[in-house]
Amino acid sequence: MSALESFLEGTVRTATPLAYAAVGETIAERAGMINIGLEGAIIAGAFGGFVAAGSGSVWLGFVGAGLAGMMMAAVFALFTIRIRADQIITGTAISMLGLGLTATLYRQVYGAGGAALSIPTMGIIEIPLLARIPVVGQPLFAQPPATYFLYLLVPAVWWWMYQTHAGLGLRAIGEDPRAAIAAGIPVHRTQTLAVLFGGFLGGIAGGVLVIAQAGSFAEGMSAGRGFIAIAIVVLGRWHPLGVAVAAIVFGAASATQYLFQAMGWALPYQAFLALPYVLTLFGLAGIAGKATAPASLGRWPA
Amino acid sequence: MAELALIADALVRATPLIMAGLAVAMAFRGGVFNIGAEGQLLMGAATASAVILAWGPTAGIAAAAVALITGSVAGATWAAIAAELKRRFRVLEIISTIMLNFIAIHLVSYLVRGPLQEPTRIYPQTESFPTAATLPVILPGTRLHLGFVLAVSLAVVLAWFFRSTAAGFRIRAMGASPRAAWSVGGIDVDRTSFAVFLMSGALAGLAGAFEVTGVTFALYENISPGYGYTAIAVALIAGLNPIGIVASGVFFGALETSAIALQRELSIPASIASIIESALILGALTFAVVRGRSLAAMQTMVR
Repeated sequence: MSALESFLEGTVRTATPLAYAAVGETIAERAGMINIGLEGAIIAGAFGGFVAAGSGSVWLGFVGAGLAGMMMAAVFALFTIRIRADQIITGTAISMLGLGLTATLYRQVYGAGGAALSIPTMGIIEIPLLARIPVVGQPLFAQPPATYFLYLLVPAVWWWMYQTHAGLGLRAIGEDPRAAIAAGIPVHRTQTLAVLFGGFLGGIAGGVLVIAQAGSFAEGMSAGRGFIAIAIVVLGRWHPLGVAVAAIVFGAASATQYLFQAMGWALPYQAFLALPYVLTLFGLAGIAGKATAPASLGRWPA
Repeated sequence: MAELALIADALVRATPLIMAGLAVAMAFRGGVFNIGAEGQLLMGAATASAVILAWGPTAGIAAAAVALITGSVAGATWAAIAAELKRRFRVLEIISTIMLNFIAIHLVSYLVRGPLQEPTRIYPQTESFPTAATLPVILPGTRLHLGFVLAVSLAVVLAWFFRSTAAGFRIRAMGASPRAAWSVGGIDVDRTSFAVFLMSGALAGLAGAFEVTGVTFALYENISPGYGYTAIAVALIAGLNPIGIVASGVFFGALETSAIALQRELSIPASIASIIESALILGALTFAVVRGRSLAAMQTMVR
């Protein structure tokens, strides 16, 4: 593989779990719900996927991952929508809860030597012909099926959000929940479903990490991806296609190390690790005034 | 004697939690969602370490004092990045401060494997500080250091600041309602919000400076087991009240120290502490809502 292909392959690999989580968060945020607890959903999904894939089926693993993420989102929905607690603080607590719960369960169930356990992983399937396209063929079309499913999910979410009545209702809630109520939209039910779906995709993101990439679980392996995904939603201007592009850009920033290594540039490796976060800050500053958040984002549900 | 050491350990653990908790309270009261205490704490720790190491073997208590000051300036500077991004570009501080946390982690990692690494270049940490440049132990035979007393004193000062000064009132007014603070109170919201961010960062930076000069005597990766995040729980449980933060900080310090002891003796995972902490945050939120107190009300509470 050439340096360029390694770079592109790394880009797609990093972007895949981020895109799942960010697309899910986009749906929740368009309904006015900012779930900072996404990190908790991702790590829960990683653990749930690890446990469920232990049964021997990678598909069952993804079901377990999604459901585990959804459970964390259900706690978030309970506190923010039913009890009407502050979204940011609830989300922070959910992140802590997910990280603490998975670390505790993992050590209790698998013991300290659990790291050696491995599970069946989702192999790479090359798509005939497409994978033979020069340069981009291998990085884009020699991936685990989880990545291909994302190629279908992103346009599907876009279509649903902008071309259906239900999608319009969701966006209306994010802009003005009171008007949505007046229009007869079931606001709380829609918000709950949006949060649950966001948690499900966050869980899938964790499942991708475990089942399609690492092949095992490690404490705290979500490594801040939930927070990065939330930044990606902003960079993608709350639009599913924009969010997908932003995930790829972030993936590319993370993968620059392959390019730099090939060129023989000697920079400390921490510079590459920090680069995506620095670029995110510049990106957020750069889109100032061009992107507007859903008007009711983060407010208490009406 | 063993019990005394355990209590002292809990107070040692409580010190950064109180300091970072005060940082969070300062920010939240002023309506600034600074989730970046962790990064500001790390920058404070790194800068304080750099100062003492640059001072060399002759570093004494003066070096320690300078280290504390520069540590808090470093925390404020790190917060200033997010504050400026908010003021000029309206970047949500929730996101920018979390990004800055990650950058700080990688920066510390670089420092302890690069320019600040110990002379033998084997371990990813700095060399140990000269004993003269560390904070004095206040309870002989234990690890309890002067930082704890300073943290409690700062909490008292902040309680007075919020209750009895015009600036403290402006901050509370702004946290309660930025629009009213501007239209009725004539408060320059952008400027006050910026100042709140800097003060919050300075407190978190000081937490890091206390930790390296009082406890670890060196800088290394993972110097903070998430103090900046736990501090959010510490501040909220206390209703953002500085004196309350001392109590909740000691409580969380005891909780985490016990969790570590339980892990050692009964192999119960110490991560159980973060489950309890998150449950306490959710409990405090519910309690606040049930009592008809939103966060906005909490921000204006005067006790």
